[in-house]
Amino acid sequence: MLERTNKMTDTIKTDVVIIGAGPVGIFAVFELGLLDIRAHLIDILDKVGGQCAELYPEKPIYDIPGIPYITGNGLTEALMEQVKPFHPTFHLGEMVTTVEKIGDPLFHVGTDTGKTFECKTVVIAAGGGSFQPKRPPIAGIEPYEDKSVFYAVRKMDAFRDKRLLIVGGGDSALDWTLNLQPIAKRLTLVHRRDDFRGAPDSVNKMRALVAAGGMDLKIGQVTELEGADGQLTAASIKDKEGALSRVEVDAMLPFFGLTMKLGPVADWGVKLESDLVPVDTAAFESNIPGLFAIGDINTYPGKLKLILSGFHEAALMAQRAHHYVYPDKRLVFQYTTSSTSLQKKLGVA
Amino acid sequence: MSDLQDISRSSGANSGTMAKITFIEHDGTEHTVDAEIGSTVMETALRNDVTSIVAECGGSCTCATCVVHVDDKWSQIVGPPSEEEEEMLDSAFEVKPTSRLSCQIKVTEKLDGLIVRTPAYQGR
Repeated sequence: MLERTNKMTDTIKTDVVIIGAGPVGIFAVFELGLLDIRAHLIDILDKVGGQCAELYPEKPIYDIPGIPYITGNGLTEALMEQVKPFHPTFHLGEMVTTVEKIGDPLFHVGTDTGKTFECKTVVIAAGGGSFQPKRPPIAGIEPYEDKSVFYAVRKMDAFRDKRLLIVGGGDSALDWTLNLQPIAKRLTLVHRRDDFRGAPDSVNKMRALVAAGGMDLKIGQVTELEGADGQLTAASIKDKEGALSRVEVDAMLPFFGLTMKLGPVADWGVKLESDLVPVDTAAFESNIPGLFAIGDINTYPGKLKLILSGFHEAALMAQRAHHYVYPDKRLVFQYTTSSTSLQKKLGVA
Repeated sequence: MSDLQDISRSSGANSGTMAKITFIEHDGTEHTVDAEIGSTVMETALRNDVTSIVAECGGSCTCATCVVHVDDKWSQIVGPPSEEEEEMLDSAFEVKPTSRLSCQIKVTEKLDGLIVRTPAYQGR
């Protein structure tokens, strides 16, 4: 797990910024690359593949043309292989927070880690939105969020000498338990059952710490928080029999997995309909010229949320993007099967 | 994903056998609907606009946003979750011994009359 520390101050200049590195975002690199358009991709997940990686890594997909059966991971790997000749740059574990039109056509894009980009066009390929941590439905949790309740660890040192409550049973909960236990004043792990789906080695290490008295493990669910002005002081935990116990804590880290939320797209001035971006079907461009939306995030009459539709949208988007990136160049349509110029770009001629 | 769209289009399916399922939402709203034998309880909820079933992953047992609490009388008949589903329930909230992921409950003849309750919050 990486701590997010490095701030980039130099603006990265590129032709296109693609927001979302799911299958459609990755394939857009291919279609753009054939037209000599260079791309940077930004994704909130720490891996490429989007929903294919997060929700369906080992699940079957049966409707990719020409591929009777492939898993989410398999498709992601194949697409990454396909775009290799175009050397895209990936910025993972980062969320695009701002998109501003600063010229015609010129965009300024900023991420939550402080990176900034300047590009001719922007492609939103954000699928169902950004994967964000699930927030537990504990009454009155909001004032504590980002003050003493955190869904991610940005700096471990912030938890030094604190009484910590970590909630969850997966690898995130276990990894942070093991990483933070040595520096915390006291660490309590809470999970709803006495079985952990995390890596067995981590589970064993955690259980050894509990046996040695180095931390506490409680089986139950957090039901109530105490504190003031955003500062947590205690949490109540209800066990399977319904009995309540109280733990004094300075900070809580809940790890309940991720859910898709639209996120900052709503703040960019792009027209939205039910959290989707309406586009034309000739180029899949939004109401802002030069700002495209492809894949599950867009909507138009007859839209189907299929990966194959996203691939088609990427191809047509690239044709229009070419017009913005190379306004003076005429675009001649070519096939990869027969065009030596395309084959050179693919490194096969 | 694609299958959800297919499901919504095939609503009112013509296949012979149906079972009645009642969804009771947290605010008391009841939906008693026909479920196609062989489909899942989650698919039945989406076909019938039970909006408290989110089903973000479309039925892959990977998101825990289709949680239902099976009525006590039905809990034994429906049975317990598989190990994979039990692990996924770790990502749900206010989990009870009768909680299940509705995408993992296949509708059969013996579930005719099933009652499930849906939570107020599925994580989003």
